[in-house]
Amino acid sequence: MGYLLRQGAASQLLEKWKEEYDVYAPKVYPGTGCYSDTDVVRYGIIDSWDEIVWDKKSDYSFKEALLPISDTIMYFTENSTKIPDEGKSPLIFLRSCELHALKRLDEIYLHNGPEDYYYKRIRERAKFILMGCDQSFESCFCVSMGTNTCDQHDGYIHMEDDALYLELKDEELQVYLNDLETDQADREHQYVKENADKVQIPDSLPEDIATHEVWKEYAGRCIGCGRCNFVCPTCTCFSMQDIFYKDNENVGERRRVWASCQVDGYSDIAGGISFRKDQGERMRYKVLHKVHNYKNRFGHTMCVGCGRCENICPEYISYIACLDKLTRIGKEEA
Amino acid sequence: MDINTKKVKKNAYRVSKVRGITASRVRVPGGACNADVLMQVAEIAKEFGNGKVHLTTRQGFEIEGISYEDMDRVNEKLQPIIENLGINQEIPGAGYSASGTRNVSACIGNRVCPFGNYDTASFAKRIEEAIFPNDLHFKVALTGCANDCIKARMHDFGIIGMTVPQYDPSRCVACGACVKGCDKLSVNVLRLENYKVVRNEEKCVGCGVCVTKCPTRAFTRSDKKYYRLTIMGRTGKRNPRLGEDFMVWVDEDTIVKVILNTYKFVKEYIDPNAPGGKEHVGYIIDRVGFHEFKKWALDGVELLPETIVKDNVYWSGIHYR
Repeated sequence: MGYLLRQGAASQLLEKWKEEYDVYAPKVYPGTGCYSDTDVVRYGIIDSWDEIVWDKKSDYSFKEALLPISDTIMYFTENSTKIPDEGKSPLIFLRSCELHALKRLDEIYLHNGPEDYYYKRIRERAKFILMGCDQSFESCFCVSMGTNTCDQHDGYIHMEDDALYLELKDEELQVYLNDLETDQADREHQYVKENADKVQIPDSLPEDIATHEVWKEYAGRCIGCGRCNFVCPTCTCFSMQDIFYKDNENVGERRRVWASCQVDGYSDIAGGISFRKDQGERMRYKVLHKVHNYKNRFGHTMCVGCGRCENICPEYISYIACLDKLTRIGKEEA
Repeated sequence: MDINTKKVKKNAYRVSKVRGITASRVRVPGGACNADVLMQVAEIAKEFGNGKVHLTTRQGFEIEGISYEDMDRVNEKLQPIIENLGINQEIPGAGYSASGTRNVSACIGNRVCPFGNYDTASFAKRIEEAIFPNDLHFKVALTGCANDCIKARMHDFGIIGMTVPQYDPSRCVACGACVKGCDKLSVNVLRLENYKVVRNEEKCVGCGVCVTKCPTRAFTRSDKKYYRLTIMGRTGKRNPRLGEDFMVWVDEDTIVKVILNTYKFVKEYIDPNAPGGKEHVGYIIDRVGFHEFKKWALDGVELLPETIVKDNVYWSGIHYR
């Protein structure tokens, strides 16, 4: 059971939420694309309902609302350190596939060795509202990955012609509906039932898949820009940067920033050694992690089938085509 | 055969080497037209010409092998093309009203090209609209970025697209793609300091390579579109040379005003005895001096605070005379 909120009530609700939360949703950043006069849709703090983009897939995922691209995690002086204060809690509007990605982020940051302090403290306060999908976008394959529906949300929302349909499971969020003019309603959740792209994940792969010739073509095609990692809702790697301020070199900060296994420097180690210098090897490392190695540890694939890596690649390298090749190799082997 | 060659030339027909035969020159501002224009050009070439069409160096069509007697009928057939391309015309149905001011040409720009910093054809059309028809000999070209594929620098006015890179350090992962791109493809004005990018603003040419390379949208383009205006490049017998920067980080409105002011300058100073009333603006400036030109060019112009206007301009090139 949910509520219909007309314009006035909907704006009042958002105003109340904004006092307490940073409300994140996919929105347009005009003119900020790689090429001139092109837009980017990505997650940002919204001021009004109109800003939310419903009819496009966001180019970048929701993850930056929880894991800032460049995150200062500590300030230090000669004899003291300070952890940055927490900001407002995030209230994030996101799609079903991304809620499944959240589970992957949890696995990596909370259930894979010691808990990550910074992730945990924002994660515990974050609320998630599922945005209904009334269409499948280019290269979406959520149905194949079983991520087209979900139940781990604090609320559900979709837009109707003259109203916003909202369900709130979370009690803290429900309180904000008090005193607002709402109509009770019961709507079916919008979700994708079929994608144009159907993908099979290989059940098993040959022992020597790491050295298989399937990876060779990517050596010549991939330019190692890392876009596929940066748009991926489940890529979780970061690098550390210790900075000493220019004006006072006894004071500084420690940051962690997103890292990409496709970009030079990712696997550099002491002694000037680095692994996987070849882009084909890097592609293998990424793809097998998404659908094979992570699955061996956690029981489900890391990839949620959002297709963003496919959409963003400037060299038109298709992740879906790569999975198809792996599936064929797996079958031939069997 | 009684032909007024002055009138013929002004009407955008060429006095060709073959007696009795002319060629019709179709201007296409910005080099952008739809397929209908191609069909219409083809029809004229088949019906009145020898079936051949030359793609001109200034992005027009030259329909070859037309008899002088057919000029009026060809002009009628040119009318839909002139209307389709929205070209200013004094007498409808009478063909082109002038030919001195040449077609405003442009590279393909950001309609298609990833490097283009603006819509070159739209701006070319705006300039064409402002300056054509005019008998004075002006050449203007627009190019989307500092690569200058249209060779704007060889024109009286060359317009090169620029953007001021906007850097958001909170989105930067220090991947180095911009630094590498700027070094390999442009002028190497980026470096990393404390894992964030520092840009040498004085040396940056505003090409936008850093923006196209950035995988996280840390580098984006400025809302405002900027241009580099180069002046008085030319080819020719006496002193071929590349145009030099006159204004950097200049806006569209200013460029249009400066070009229009230059027409006034030329009217004032053109050699009254110049053969065919034709003296190139660059040579006029050589005669009267850059500072006199600059005074005229900047008349009534309101510059953006960020626009750099050169105090002096020195051209080089090869001197044959």
